[in-house]
Amino acid sequence: MKSLVSISDCSKEYILRILDLAEKFEQNPNNKLLDGKLVATLFFEPSTRTRLSFETAVNRLGGRVIGFSDAATSSSSKGETLKDTIKMVSNYVDLIIMRHPVEGAARLASEVASVPVINAGDGANQHPTQTMLDLYSIKKTQGKLEDLTLSMVGDLKYGRTVHSLLMAMRFFNPKFNFVAPKELRMPEQYIDYCRKHKISFREIEDMNDILKETDILYMTRVQQERFTDLVEYEKVKNTYTLHNAMLDGSKDNLKILHPLPRVNEISEDVDDNPKAYYFEQARNGVYARQAVICDILGLI
Amino acid sequence: MKKELVVRALENGTVIDHIPADKLFQIVNILHLDTMTDQITIGNNLDSSKLGKKGVIKISGRYIDPQEFNKIALIAPHARINIIKDYQVVEKKICEMPDEVYDVLHCVNPMCITNKQNVTTHFHVVNKEDRTVKCHYCERYIKAEDFILK
Ligand SMILES: [Zn+2]
Repeated sequence: MKSLVSISDCSKEYILRILDLAEKFEQNPNNKLLDGKLVATLFFEPSTRTRLSFETAVNRLGGRVIGFSDAATSSSSKGETLKDTIKMVSNYVDLIIMRHPVEGAARLASEVASVPVINAGDGANQHPTQTMLDLYSIKKTQGKLEDLTLSMVGDLKYGRTVHSLLMAMRFFNPKFNFVAPKELRMPEQYIDYCRKHKISFREIEDMNDILKETDILYMTRVQQERFTDLVEYEKVKNTYTLHNAMLDGSKDNLKILHPLPRVNEISEDVDDNPKAYYFEQARNGVYARQAVICDILGLI
Repeated sequence: MKKELVVRALENGTVIDHIPADKLFQIVNILHLDTMTDQITIGNNLDSSKLGKKGVIKISGRYIDPQEFNKIALIAPHARINIIKDYQVVEKKICEMPDEVYDVLHCVNPMCITNKQNVTTHFHVVNKEDRTVKCHYCERYIKAEDFILK
């Protein structure tokens, strides 16, 4: 049974196939490939943005959706185990799309389900379709994935999206700048990962040092609740905000990505700069998800 | 000459040798030797050319099961286990890190599904040298010094 649980399971060939398919869906997002198919969106924790993106993807392909949008309305609130819920839902649908606050929940679901499972986020662990849309956005704006300089800024410790993107980029000879305050630096596990896969990286605290050489600027939120020392937070909170003036002298091909929602890490004066790409990036999510869904169901 | 005393002939049972000295009592716990009534000989801090200091455990009338073997392999990967029957060594095993580890370790990640619901733990060994494993479910990497045995 084919499922999409983690970017660490994805080969280079798989990634490239999905990105090619996503491009086809962008050219023609409304077709009836999912006609007669029923898809469950099981959201054990709310994530309106991700759920709407998946449901848009399914609906535009003519499929139907059942499911729930938070755990309070699901059977897990009555103490049903995840295994039982998944086995039950497997009887009804052709595909399960699942968001769960517990890490590893998607892997477990994929092992007990009799239909494919797409992980729409399992705690701080994985969210592979987000990575696919990030990769698609990079490829679309840069014309390639190879030999790019990616600067990741902000919360690199808890930022699940940056971890998955880092892993997926291992096939494409990237150069990384990890820009973060000390408290939120890239975890040792991913630093080791870079070393093991011979990925070139630098760790830096000042964003201004890397803006001129960057092709992709991947911004993330620096949240106050992540800091044990609030004095430290006050010191760094504005250091990781991007203002339009800072982009003077940056490369023409630079694009700014952000997994959204944005709070104050990108100032609104950046929005009108053609280098701002975060809203288009979100739209690419629908195409990337259409590609993943149709591929997993063997419809293409 | 003291060495001779420790490895004195055993009629039936198990000899575990080449245990790193600081791991000896963990293995005592794994095998629940504290509740055994048969004869046990435990030596520790014995001179070893390979390990510096090593421990040896001799257990009379008891053999170790595969699950115990897996646990010992995780804790003391170079330990040697000799099975003795009728004063003869009938089987020699050298502990080795397996490729997959089932139901032996706890995941250190409190947010892991294996700590939230009734799921058998499963780890992939990613590095046999430094004994790093990766949780099959939450994908957390765990180093040998952080292992929590079940
Ligand atoms: Zn785990």
